[in-house]
Amino acid sequence: MTSAIANEAKAGKGKKAKAPTSDRSRSENRLALKLVALPLALMLLVTAFPMLRALYLSLFSYSLTAPDDRKFIGLDNYVTALTDSLFWKDTGNTVMIMIITVAFELVIGFAFAMVMHKVIFARGVIRTSILIPYGVITVVSGFAWQFAFSNTNGFVNSWLPFVGDDFNWFGQYHSSMIAIMASEIWKTTPFMSLLLLAGLAQVSEDMLEAAKVDGATWWQRLYKVILPNMRAAIMVAVLFRALDAYRIFDNIFVMTAGANGTESISFLTYRQVIEQFQLGIGSALSVLLFLSVLVVAFIIVKLFRVNLADARQEG
Amino acid sequence: MATIEMKNIVKKYGDGFPAVNDVSIDVADGEFLILVGPSGCGKSTLLRMIVGLEDITSGDMLIGGERVNDLAPRDRNLSMVFQNYALYPHLTVYENIAFPLRLAKWKDKDIDAKVREASKTLDLDEHLERKPANLSGGQRQRVAMGRAIVRDAKAFLFDEPLSNLDAKLRGQMRTEIARLQKKLGITTVYVTHDQTEAMTLGDRVAVMKRGILQQLATPRELYEQPVNLFVAGFIGSPPMNFLPATVENGEVTLPFGTFPLPADKAAKTEGKGLLMAGIRPEHFEDVSVIEEGKLDSTRTFAAHIDVREWLGDQQYAYVPYEAEAKVQDQLKELARESDSDSLRTQLVVSLDAASSAAEDSDTTLFIDTDKMHLFDPASGDNLTVGL
Amino acid sequence: MKNLKGNLGTILGCALILIWCLLPVAWIVSLSFKSQEAVTNGSPGFFPSSGGGAGWANYTKVLKDDQFRQSIINSIGISLIATLLSVILATLAAYAIARLEFRGKKFVLTTALVIAMFPVVSLVGPLFDMWRTLGIYNTWPGLIIPYMSFTLPLAIWTLSAFFREIPWEMEQAAQVDGATSWQAFRKVIVPLAAPGVFTAAILTFFFAWNDFVFGISLTSTDKARPIPAALSFFVGDDPFSRPASVLAAGAVVATIPIVVLVLFFQRKIVAGLTAGAVKG
Repeated sequence: MTSAIANEAKAGKGKKAKAPTSDRSRSENRLALKLVALPLALMLLVTAFPMLRALYLSLFSYSLTAPDDRKFIGLDNYVTALTDSLFWKDTGNTVMIMIITVAFELVIGFAFAMVMHKVIFARGVIRTSILIPYGVITVVSGFAWQFAFSNTNGFVNSWLPFVGDDFNWFGQYHSSMIAIMASEIWKTTPFMSLLLLAGLAQVSEDMLEAAKVDGATWWQRLYKVILPNMRAAIMVAVLFRALDAYRIFDNIFVMTAGANGTESISFLTYRQVIEQFQLGIGSALSVLLFLSVLVVAFIIVKLFRVNLADARQEG
Repeated sequence: MATIEMKNIVKKYGDGFPAVNDVSIDVADGEFLILVGPSGCGKSTLLRMIVGLEDITSGDMLIGGERVNDLAPRDRNLSMVFQNYALYPHLTVYENIAFPLRLAKWKDKDIDAKVREASKTLDLDEHLERKPANLSGGQRQRVAMGRAIVRDAKAFLFDEPLSNLDAKLRGQMRTEIARLQKKLGITTVYVTHDQTEAMTLGDRVAVMKRGILQQLATPRELYEQPVNLFVAGFIGSPPMNFLPATVENGEVTLPFGTFPLPADKAAKTEGKGLLMAGIRPEHFEDVSVIEEGKLDSTRTFAAHIDVREWLGDQQYAYVPYEAEAKVQDQLKELARESDSDSLRTQLVVSLDAASSAAEDSDTTLFIDTDKMHLFDPASGDNLTVGL
Repeated sequence: MKNLKGNLGTILGCALILIWCLLPVAWIVSLSFKSQEAVTNGSPGFFPSSGGGAGWANYTKVLKDDQFRQSIINSIGISLIATLLSVILATLAAYAIARLEFRGKKFVLTTALVIAMFPVVSLVGPLFDMWRTLGIYNTWPGLIIPYMSFTLPLAIWTLSAFFREIPWEMEQAAQVDGATSWQAFRKVIVPLAAPGVFTAAILTFFFAWNDFVFGISLTSTDKARPIPAALSFFVGDDPFSRPASVLAAGAVVATIPIVVLVLFFQRKIVAGLTAGAVKG
């Protein structure tokens, strides 16, 4: 309601900006454009321009090992990629990692947020420790978990009762994926919990007390009062985290290097471009990766009806 | 010090809706002018156009005879007190007050003298080194005023400066502002939605509704001679009572009875069909407290009081009555326009504190039809203005 | 009784959070003290076995390693420069977004949003190609530029969220008080925004410090290679078995700046991370 009004007011002001009537609004417009020009140019230089270039290169058979053999082949690279089962398997891996990690992060992160919301003592200690996984380099997290799951030097096998002491986690697909996701979930859950905590802080105590007086149980308060009022915060957190998870690369690179079929779509693209110098097919994969992120974003926005203005911080 | 002349000022936003429509007001040098109206009436927009924070769509804004439409705020040399005071939280009280002078590159010695003077006037001496966050609402308000008076601005502008204070402090600050303005004798434009502030502070009051100036007059004139239904209903608390009325043969017929009307008022309203009568609560009285012999018995009626509010020095009594749907709708519309709610058609009467009229009982009331105004229900115009 | 139970639950929850956050960190610290022989022969368990401890040996080793030392210098230099430039640019842009009305504001915001979600890997191919053409492949600027581009959205959001907290009236008051737009910005907005700018800088630094994809794709030697990439390429004396404990020591060293920042500025970091997520 309020945001609709704010948007209207904004639209009104926006129109005003199009027809500046005094020095003030004209100079305001000029100043603003001056201020955003450089950052905008920089952002586009490193994203839009290379993306267009990738689009162009993807139409060629082009390998850096034999740059002179470059030739135009139309959409053949896309056909090659899309008919290759490896592409689909890696996409499947990526989607699976995205769904599982975000689901875990959401549930655990929410539990953490509830605890942090309640806690009155040692807030500083909790806040400090929750920020450490967020700040730790992903590569370091990958190493830590890789060694933790290692059957020669790790501790996981001896701590888990249902796993033999010499079980090799990185010997097959499923256990490798578990290890990768463990590292991913460990590192990003705290971030999720901070976002959710901020959302939780927006739910007023008065409202919860009113619900209590109205006779709502703990679960009813959670489902009927807290969660609906946190919807925007949750959706924005899910959107950001899901798209982040879809780009998973560092952990796989460090922990398995794609062995046992644990490759993600980002890893496949990287391997084609940087390791094998196949710029043509690699560019096609880059374009497909970009498109698939758009699709994922679109699905999440539509499925959960995320208000993009929330994400864009308007209103 | 300067005059402020607004000539046919119009402000349109992108959607074409005029937030301020053809407003012309001349503020004399040293005058205290109030802009009052319900929320969204354009009063704040008008103030912000004076100070230069909003563009003027058309019309002329003259300050001290000079057209300032295209001048930036800093070139207009006005000072303004904002609703939330807009104190700079990173600066001490001293530096907050000194801020405009520092911008104008005054010498430290002169700044110090000016700030000390302002702080003395506003009784802020002991707070000069504190940060705004550590001040109470009233103190912040005074710092904001200090920042306004420290430079020799051409005029003061106030944007609802008291609305964030509690009722008691608001009363005190109101007096303080009035005293300061008298002392400095500086042209002042003051925006408020509170009609009490408007009545008590202003030399003249401009009442606005939906971007249009309704009436510009002294507080007394607004109260006694409102030009239309809106002004009549907006000014005064509790508000003026509005009743359906017809005037015939020098007599006015109200839902409670038929009473004689002064000849001049009757002449202007006779035979015009259904009118709206406006009569203020204090123009009723309990017959039992009126001295014998002073009572005009042709102007009394029996009323059933359902609720009575005793305030010590006076009391209010509420007398519900039935009205036709058409009248009810109009009353509702009127209430909505002035930001209030009308739940039922009722008469509010102010009785002498000595009256012993009881709740849920019948009392005989006197109605002073000399003070009654009659309005055209379609246009809202006061047909008896000046009488 | 009920209160006690609730408190116990909260305490238990806190303990769980602490274990979750600190256990893997404690583990990698513990691993860094295992001796190399013990690791090569297999030394399962959380703590170094008796006799399998290495003292500070792994740390001296990693700090004496030229490649690793160079990568620390690279990471610090590149991250700091990228942070500084990015925050300066973002401050200006965020001011425009939060405070001024102008055409194309939506475009800037949307661009920032899209870039924040951009699959970084899809850019390394074309950038690899472009950077080689431009001659900035395997150089500091070759990393600083992409770091800036990818930290700008984060910094712009954080900052515009902070800038919005400063009431509009403040700046208008300054203008009425006789300030130009620039003076209003410098004298009123900058001091008020400084904490936000600082927070944005920390977050930007984290991002640059953490980057891996650009670090391995746009460098080829230790001339510009940052820590994460260097760690992943770290082989040590024996190429056939990864020197886990030395690596762990390197990882701990790479984590120290982060821990220091978190310890000192945890409050600001949390405020920055959540500023964009929830509108007040």
